[in-house]
Amino acid sequence: MRDFILKRVAALLLPFIQMYGLYVILHGHVSPGGSFAGGIVVGLAFIAFTTIYGLERGRAKVPEKVTTLVESYGTLWYGIMGMVGIFKGAPFLANKIAGIDLGELGALSSGGLIGLIGLGVGIRVASTMITLFSTMMEEES
Amino acid sequence: MKLGTLAMLLIFLLAAYVVLVAVAELPPYGMVGNPSHNQVSQRYIENAWEETGVLNMITAIVLDYRAYDTMFETIVLFTAVLAVIITLKTTEREGGGK
Repeated sequence: MRDFILKRVAALLLPFIQMYGLYVILHGHVSPGGSFAGGIVVGLAFIAFTTIYGLERGRAKVPEKVTTLVESYGTLWYGIMGMVGIFKGAPFLANKIAGIDLGELGALSSGGLIGLIGLGVGIRVASTMITLFSTMMEEES
Repeated sequence: MKLGTLAMLLIFLLAAYVVLVAVAELPPYGMVGNPSHNQVSQRYIENAWEETGVLNMITAIVLDYRAYDTMFETIVLFTAVLAVIITLKTTEREGGGK
């Protein structure tokens, strides 16, 4: 699909779709949505880019090295966030019990570790979508 | 009909009967007195915001109360990607080995 109209419309829309996905990830703890849903939106934006502009340009936007790193260290990031509780003398993945400042209710910085964990999970989900799609696309071509 | 088929049919019908009896015993959907409406959901609704400092109760449950579950969910994603890459990835290596 190398249609001119499709390309222009995608070029106009995709930045907003990505911004919206990042917004949903970052505001997962203060507004509806969450890291899984936001990650899917970000991943789908890159998938749409790959379907419209072709696999090579899609791969140039998100190289395989980046997805591999995010895949591996996204899961590790979750574990590191869990270890914060242990270093503070509380159970694994503890948040309030570990004495972390929860901040003002409703603010973007509220919730202690929850925002950071959500960010990791969101980026991870996006990278998973991209990896699955481009691997299958490469198989086809 | 052979005897074996008949016996098999009988066993299937018996199993279906047991399952249907169990389903008939389930409490009606959405009633107030159901066992699923216990103190767990009550506690989440009342205390989630002050125990986690998060407005979105679903995020509070997914990333705080059930953080272990979400952690292994991400590991499930990792395993899924790993399986897809192992089965589908075609990398040409030197030396003819694949």
